[in-house]
Amino acid sequence: MIGLFAAAISKSKKHSLIRASAHPVIDSTDAVTGLALDPNLSLVKAQCTGCHSPMLILQHRFTRDEWLSKIRWMQRNHKLWDLGETEKPVLDYLAKHYAPNQSAYSRREPLRNVKWYKLEN
Amino acid sequence: MNADFHNRRGFLKKSALTTLAGIVGTEIVFAEKMPKNHVPLAFDEGLKGKHPDMIVLSDKPWNVETPPHLLDDAVTPVERMFIRNNGIVPEEKIDPSTWTLTIKGESVKAPKVYKISDLKSKFKTYTYQLVLECGGNGRSGFVPQTSGNQWDQGAVSCAEWTGVRLKDILNDVGLKDDAVYIGYYGKDLHPSRDPNKVVISRGVPIKKALEDETLVVWAMNGQELPLMHGFPLRLVVGGWPASVSGKWLHTISVRNKEHDGAKMEGHSYRVPRQSIPPGEKLAETPENFRIIESMPVKSMITFPKTGAMVDLGKALSLRGHAWAGDVAVKEIQVSIDYGATWQKCSLQTPKNRLAWQQWSAQIQLPKKGYYEVWARATDANGVAQPMVIPAWNPGGYLNNACHRIAVKVV
Repeated sequence: MIGLFAAAISKSKKHSLIRASAHPVIDSTDAVTGLALDPNLSLVKAQCTGCHSPMLILQHRFTRDEWLSKIRWMQRNHKLWDLGETEKPVLDYLAKHYAPNQSAYSRREPLRNVKWYKLEN
Repeated sequence: MNADFHNRRGFLKKSALTTLAGIVGTEIVFAEKMPKNHVPLAFDEGLKGKHPDMIVLSDKPWNVETPPHLLDDAVTPVERMFIRNNGIVPEEKIDPSTWTLTIKGESVKAPKVYKISDLKSKFKTYTYQLVLECGGNGRSGFVPQTSGNQWDQGAVSCAEWTGVRLKDILNDVGLKDDAVYIGYYGKDLHPSRDPNKVVISRGVPIKKALEDETLVVWAMNGQELPLMHGFPLRLVVGGWPASVSGKWLHTISVRNKEHDGAKMEGHSYRVPRQSIPPGEKLAETPENFRIIESMPVKSMITFPKTGAMVDLGKALSLRGHAWAGDVAVKEIQVSIDYGATWQKCSLQTPKNRLAWQQWSAQIQLPKKGYYEVWARATDANGVAQPMVIPAWNPGGYLNNACHRIAVKVV
């Protein structure tokens, strides 16, 4: 999972001077689940934390596409149902509050943007 | 410069064209027909004579770094030497025949003024290869990000500098017993263009100032100093943050206390005396921050360029440089398995004290796939480079983590 974390951090953010923390502050989290307070929280509780711990969300930081792939994976392997029209607000919630951020990083990121060339050796 | 003005295919970005149109007051006709990677003259100032693949981090002031594979030469050519400016390059017409160096301060017996011709005739000339590395080289590796130029690996060079020993000049001037520090003054302009503001005035303790290799130079690689690198006169103090090697040098003050010029204060070129958690704030007092002196051990893989695809079964030749501030490098090793095993490289002795050392190795990559080649140097005191990013500090200095390249066996 650490590898996934590292991969999820966007190098393109490197040059922006301020990166907002995606860590919710204490008074903006739900007392029971620890999840970020948000109008869509009840949907997330209904669709996600009925089956698994909210900690499975809390310990991850993924892009919207990566969160979608987790949903698809759960649908393939763990009998998660079709989220229907709630899929968009659930993804909105996850992408907003649990996006890759600097508090989840490796001490050395993967090498990025390698321009491959044939070395004649 | 590609980063700033050209898109990834080497054509000028639309934003650059708009800027240029603003400068010349008209549309750039046939912009789409400009040759690839052509830099129109208006952008040229700081990049004059520089390799087209140099990376511009800032064009006002000029801060430009060198991709590692362009640093393959033992002696860095001027077109591949990084630029680190705090202010604006002097705009006055510089005449070396009238330029003077004044030595003054609390700890000189009497101030003295030298013309460059005096320096050349009065004192013995020396030539040394000396490493200059920005204290913030590698800053982009720190998380959370620290402010300042986001240098990757390339704010380092080892050129051949020719001039006279500062100690010979200071002996000629005559110092009092209470001299503890020197501070330089140069003719670069403050970014605000306020002539009363000093951009940068740093220095070193008198002990470092009196070392044989501390030079006042007028030539680099056998040629007159380029304007961007301090023409007509500069200090070169190898092994310490390059900010102590003042450019456009006109005055050296010999102080009876730690020099208190611009960029000596706050957390400029300083790190916490006690390490702090990443991101933590620390009051910028001398009690909390110490001045960076000798730079830490470091190395670089300059061949091959990252991204090399090689055929299975063929040996891969590697080479680069290693350096360690005031001391020599004792050993360098490479790893192709993320540090699980290391292979010793051959390492040359430095041309002179404070020059970087060349290393080379041949490695066999056992099967097809993706590899990272990591290089790790160990200095004469047995201190090695960390593989991870070292201690976070508010200025983002001293990241000497191992350099690595990506290699694929196909």
